[in-house]
Amino acid sequence: MARLTINGAPRDVEVDPDTPLLWVLREQLGMTGTKYGCGIAQCGSCTVHLDGVATRSCVLPVSAIGPEQQIVTIEGLSPDGSHPVQQAWLALDVPQCGYCQSGMIMAAVGLLQQNGNPTDEDINAEMTNICRCGTYNRVRAAIKLAAGNSKTQAG
Amino acid sequence: MLTVPTVTRRNFIVGSAAALGGLSLGFSVPFPGGAQADAIAPEINAWVVVRPDETVVIRIARSEMGQGTLTGLAQLVAEELECDWSKVTTEYPTPGDNIARNRVWGSFSTGGSRGIRESQDYVRRGGATAREMLIAAAADEWQVPASECMVARGVITHGPSGRSTTFGKVATAAAGMTLPAEVTLKDPSTWTIAGKPLPRLDTAEKLTGKQIYGVDMVRPNMLNAAIRACPVFGGRVTGFDAVSGMPGVRKVVQVDDTAVAVVADTWWQAKTALDNLPIEWDDGPNSGVTSETIAAMLAEGLEAEEAFLGNEAGDARAALAGAAQTVTAVYSFPFQNHATMEPMNATAVYTDDRCEVWCPTQNGEASLAAAAEASGLPVERCEIYKLHLGGGFGRRGNFQDYVRQVVSIARQMPGTPIKLIWSREEDMLHGAYHPITQCKLTGGLDPDGNLTALHMRISGQSILAAVRPQAMQGGRDPVVFQGLHAGGDEYALGYSIDNLLIDHAMRNPPIPPGFWRGVNLNQNAIYMECFMDELAHAAGQDPLAFRRKLMANHPKHLAVLEAVAERIGWDSAPPEGVHRGLAQIMGFGSYVAAAAEVSVTDGQLRVHRIVAATDPGHVVNPAQVERQVEGSFVYGLSACLYGECTVNGGRMEQENFDTYNVLRMAEMPAVETIIMPSGGFWGGVGEPTIAVAAPAVLNAIFAATGKRVRRLPLMNHDLRAV
Repeated sequence: MARLTINGAPRDVEVDPDTPLLWVLREQLGMTGTKYGCGIAQCGSCTVHLDGVATRSCVLPVSAIGPEQQIVTIEGLSPDGSHPVQQAWLALDVPQCGYCQSGMIMAAVGLLQQNGNPTDEDINAEMTNICRCGTYNRVRAAIKLAAGNSKTQAG
Repeated sequence: MLTVPTVTRRNFIVGSAAALGGLSLGFSVPFPGGAQADAIAPEINAWVVVRPDETVVIRIARSEMGQGTLTGLAQLVAEELECDWSKVTTEYPTPGDNIARNRVWGSFSTGGSRGIRESQDYVRRGGATAREMLIAAAADEWQVPASECMVARGVITHGPSGRSTTFGKVATAAAGMTLPAEVTLKDPSTWTIAGKPLPRLDTAEKLTGKQIYGVDMVRPNMLNAAIRACPVFGGRVTGFDAVSGMPGVRKVVQVDDTAVAVVADTWWQAKTALDNLPIEWDDGPNSGVTSETIAAMLAEGLEAEEAFLGNEAGDARAALAGAAQTVTAVYSFPFQNHATMEPMNATAVYTDDRCEVWCPTQNGEASLAAAAEASGLPVERCEIYKLHLGGGFGRRGNFQDYVRQVVSIARQMPGTPIKLIWSREEDMLHGAYHPITQCKLTGGLDPDGNLTALHMRISGQSILAAVRPQAMQGGRDPVVFQGLHAGGDEYALGYSIDNLLIDHAMRNPPIPPGFWRGVNLNQNAIYMECFMDELAHAAGQDPLAFRRKLMANHPKHLAVLEAVAERIGWDSAPPEGVHRGLAQIMGFGSYVAAAAEVSVTDGQLRVHRIVAATDPGHVVNPAQVERQVEGSFVYGLSACLYGECTVNGGRMEQENFDTYNVLRMAEMPAVETIIMPSGGFWGGVGEPTIAVAAPAVLNAIFAATGKRVRRLPLMNHDLRAV
């Protein structure tokens, strides 16, 4: 039994302690927005936030997560797709197949939480998620749009 | 209870209803077997359903895998229908319904960049026919001639009286109207919905995690399966431990004679158990096959006497013998895995009289055929429910191995829904790989540096021989010659060369080949366009000027090439340290070209900027064309820089993205897209541009370093100055 805090709510799950968070989210909790792509922390499709830091959940066993640690998934980013990063993605119509986009968005939010005005080099360093359809340039533009919008909102 | 997952802008909701035994739908337009009409939402015709709330449901037969076809096809129907675009939603009809209704939706196949261009005519007619029936229903109600009625944005108006009504109000009556015998389609120049850069219909769900892909499928009482097929191609299972006390495991089953699957409560349990399950294999006849043995087999073909003819003019061999100067080069292109982000998967439930499968597929009808074959049931007792794909790229069309497997597993556990997901490792080891080829080119120049003769000998793998032998032409595989044809409206070579011989020595190693986005256009463009660059340099001429002399009879090929050259500033010097390359080709019915700007510093390549031009004849959604062109550089440059599956011991060596690297954000160049539709034909968009990505960059690398990279991928080469 593991107690996790996911999107602000405590969740008790009955799993083997070695089970990666990704599969607890997808199979025990039915939160399928977080995706499996490689299982070895290469592609980033499984990115969630652990205490505000973008983290690849496919190699993170639940036993390594404390009950007080805050896990945020794509489902918890906003109730209605209204997060500034989601809005930027919508404005630029970023996704193609969309499979990697939950992870892309979570990685981008993680980046912007650490660095509100990232340069191209900052984006290159932090956004290492794989997209095979080819959305990279629009992801980059959306991150900059979201950064601009956040600044505007902050006054 | 059977419910049909339909795709709407809100998509369907898998939630509490799943626990109650059904799949809750965002809305319900069930039409199993085509027999059950929707009580509240009449079908005007096969393509259009109008609900009382004015929502227009447009049915889309082709699959959406990121390429935007869903939105584009809806635009074409909506254009002729004259409906309110803001009220449009979409759904997939099922392959079973297509058969039951005499294939009213035509082909479901989504490949070859044909999704829009091959169905544009009949889906537009579907929209126009529905519009006429809606007008006829209004005219009937008003007892006025239909010719006095006008329609715009879903509102029908009677001109003389000024009366008006809406699609939603007359839909039920319209459904009973006679189909008009003839409709006239709009001239594309008058389009207001089609041809416009409208946002995709399927974006919102992809931003919130709500979009349901095949891997997300949940059915009541479902179990999960992980599978391992013999990693050596052609090998089979000889033994495994069927008894298991591993957590969550319900059953261990053999799948055909090639694979073993573990079925467990969760996929993680199934995978973990499978990883610890001893399986004995008979590696079969291919265990001695390596990349080296395959390379030697292909190299022999480069010099072989016998070859299949692809394109011929004059007498290339004689002209080469008499040429003032000859240039020879040998190129090669390796196996590639599609590496869709969503691994292969499918969910099936089998009973003695019915088999149903939910799956991501590029060809629902091929999935249905696979389900029928694997279940042993007549096709009428099988059904496929299509889900959005997390990438397709050709992997999920012709190749339905994952559907056959899940049905085989489900058949061994009747009544229990089974979801099969391949691990990334399984996906990498059991692809339908981009075929492997080598190419030897010999060109002859006259004393003035004009190309007088060219022999292009391709040696290597035929896709058709492996997957569609009935399409072969007397043993010849015409698909090998994509982009190299003497003419035609799909793959015409853009050069006139007096003495030309393009031929193919078929050499088929025992590695399964497949249609990989761009197919054979990819390496043919590298071979031809890099060699053109070599010839230009041998002749001491500018690569653009050299090509131009051969392209006088190919104005559309030349137009896209000139467009990228002009935009990149070919006639002016590039920035300090930056070097340029060009490439063009025709494929999938479209003319494409690219110009690249690169720098190479201490052996490190940086692709700064790409200009790409495409003439697909007509454009249905320019915003989606831009995205496809941009994406083509991710796919094409991933292959150019990193893509290589190597063979050792009869199996692939790369098992995941740590050894099969792909392009990432930091390496992505800026891409400027020039869309220049010249009208009069319908070309494809999803694939052709991939082919020009690598040769444009490779030619720029030569300009930067003086090095010719002829053996892909680039990562195996040292670009540092010697």
